[in-house]
Amino acid sequence: MSTPITRRASPILSGVHFMNGDEAIAEGAIAAGCRFFAAYPITPQSEIAERLSWRLPRVGGMFIQMEDEIAAIAAILGASWAGMKSMTATSGPGFSLMMENLGLAVMTETPCVIVNVQRGAPSTGLPTLVAQGDMMQARWGSHGHYEIIALCPASPQEAFDLTVKAFALSERFRVPVLIMTDEVVGHMYERVEIPPEVPEAPRRKPKVPPEEFLPYKPEPDLVPPMACAGEGYRVHVTGLTHDERGYPDMSPEAHDRLVRRLVDKVRLFPHEYTFYEEVQLEDAEIAVVSYGISARVSLGGIELARKAGIKAGLFRLITAWPFPDEAIFRLAQRVKGIVVVELNLGQMSREVERAVRGRVPVHGVFHAGGRIHTPEEVFQGIEEVYRQCR
Amino acid sequence: MNETKERVAKRWKVPKGYIYVLEEFCKGCGFCVEFCPKKVLAQASHFNDKGYHPPEVVDPEACVLCGFCERICPDFAIWIEESEEKGGEP
Amino acid sequence: MPVKEKEKALPEVVREARHPLEKWLRTDRLPHIWCSGCGLGTALSALLYAFENLGWDPDSIAVVSGIGCAGRVAGYLKLDTYHTTHGRAIPFATGLKLAKPDLHVIVFSGDGDLFAIGGNHFIHAARRNMDIAVICVNNFNYGMTGGQLGPTTPVGARTTTSPFGNFEHPFNLVHLAASAGATYVARCTTLDGRRLEKAFVEALSHKGFTFVEVLSPCPTNYGRRNRLGEALDELRYYQEHMIIRHGADPKDADIVPGKPFLVGKFVDIEKPTYLELYQEKVRELGGG
Repeated sequence: MSTPITRRASPILSGVHFMNGDEAIAEGAIAAGCRFFAAYPITPQSEIAERLSWRLPRVGGMFIQMEDEIAAIAAILGASWAGMKSMTATSGPGFSLMMENLGLAVMTETPCVIVNVQRGAPSTGLPTLVAQGDMMQARWGSHGHYEIIALCPASPQEAFDLTVKAFALSERFRVPVLIMTDEVVGHMYERVEIPPEVPEAPRRKPKVPPEEFLPYKPEPDLVPPMACAGEGYRVHVTGLTHDERGYPDMSPEAHDRLVRRLVDKVRLFPHEYTFYEEVQLEDAEIAVVSYGISARVSLGGIELARKAGIKAGLFRLITAWPFPDEAIFRLAQRVKGIVVVELNLGQMSREVERAVRGRVPVHGVFHAGGRIHTPEEVFQGIEEVYRQCR
Repeated sequence: MNETKERVAKRWKVPKGYIYVLEEFCKGCGFCVEFCPKKVLAQASHFNDKGYHPPEVVDPEACVLCGFCERICPDFAIWIEESEEKGGEP
Repeated sequence: MPVKEKEKALPEVVREARHPLEKWLRTDRLPHIWCSGCGLGTALSALLYAFENLGWDPDSIAVVSGIGCAGRVAGYLKLDTYHTTHGRAIPFATGLKLAKPDLHVIVFSGDGDLFAIGGNHFIHAARRNMDIAVICVNNFNYGMTGGQLGPTTPVGARTTTSPFGNFEHPFNLVHLAASAGATYVARCTTLDGRRLEKAFVEALSHKGFTFVEVLSPCPTNYGRRNRLGEALDELRYYQEHMIIRHGADPKDADIVPGKPFLVGKFVDIEKPTYLELYQEKVRELGGG
């Protein structure tokens, strides 16, 4: 097994481990170079914060428990502007509190990672039980029109991998990247293999001296280089609509130009963040579209369907946002019907219907949360849509 | 955004140096005139572009270059400069 | 006082005149947004004099401001400045400081931003003795949004949301900061000139969580609606009612219209700061 943490040279916990999704996220952050974590306690995120409160001080990092989730995300934005990779983690109630500063991160193009270990909602809901009801909030929770990237792990291993990926994407696109996991993945223990190194997640730095540098003048890929505090660039960063100098500019033209860039810089490069997994879709007549823990249980439903002679397969969303429209539209050309399985009463299913544009029936297998689906429920959904499309 | 307009200031010679007034930045609040301990300043009769009366030096001899006008000004529109030679004309 | 009858002193015209604080300011953004007579410009210039006095390298200073009239200060400084969301300047500054401890981090904002929506963050940063300096320009109302009632609006004062006179008990910011744990607390007014600069110098060089309240006229909203006259009159009011008393008890620092009020230094103590305690813990672990 792996050497104890305390006697390791590298902060990366390389080796094979048996850990839950929360802990894997914490280790993914450290492996990715995150050295600042601020959070507020909330079930079912506790293991992330607890592990980082134990690990970060030992790897030259900074852990701080803030007075609320608003402060937690404000702090990681400050830390990001001080040059650190920073992350916060929460669940539904805290996620709601973070929305305004998520918008600040979008508007100021501040790289950061926000983890939401989803639980039964709305409101206090089911603090210790699973749900996936915050997906639309992840997309549109803050005010205004903007883009973010949201990834959905379905296992502790993927929780590690996607957290590492999230930091790279947040630096590349200078956008908040959300890890939209759920209480079951967060609390389930599985094998997690951690490599000795992970790919670099470089922050794009200015290539010109301060007097020539325009902090919000984009490079060809619409992303500007980032000058952090204390680097001599003396940058003004504001949540107000701003021009390329970073100066407030209240003109409609400046606003349209800025907001359109903030959206396009993400939307124009889908191949860099669109991840999904296809299982048994080669010959499938019915496709189950699902994500997170719901995708795992869907495999059981697919198995039952196959036994009953219905060729079904799984399209597992890993990137929830931006939604993979083309991939789903192509899927609709290969199957006769689609079943969407998620722990809410229809959120990603609406995106699937939009992308399918009526080519095939889309049937939802919904549950408001508190438990995961049963394979039988998924199978019934497959049967239902199978009947519809005959 | 106003590009950097050429900043033209008026400068008055006072015993220990100079008083500068950047009329276009002044918003006519009257602080400098009111709180100058030696009553060196008064509101000018003319206006700046925004319609404010900037200050002007009316009693240069009384000025002791205490700099309170510079400290109290909210608009960076008035400041002092000590001339190098102590006393005597520069 | 009639001006002596002698030929008027004629000024010279100087092109490209340089204000002594030029290097700190984004002069291409001046004149600033604040109303005629507002004290914010004075408070800002006192802060810049304090930077000069301290001889700090501009590249080592970060100023964080929130939303409101005072929040606009970040936009005028040729430094690393962050104009954050309403009430959240302090936690943002906390992250900035902890991630880059050798930065001088200053929060400059208003009474509404820091003590209404931002109150929770203020008391916790003070409790932690977080290594940041907080400057609150208190003009007793929400100026930017048109003059609403704020957490420091005196009893009886008229604002756009207390048209019949405010009946709420306002904060005593000095008392609040002191009791929350700030290790340096002072109050000045925008009339104090070099005393204000001195308070800033002390607050900026004192380690831990430091707080300076700066009373400021708000002629357009608070002053007008309460018939306080011009900004000049508000400054005269300060002159006639303020009592400079260092080391006074913070609980005596409340502000009651018409009555004298205390200014000066209320708290100046040493206490281990958040960073010191964190770094000590890391040393104990032998890590980091």
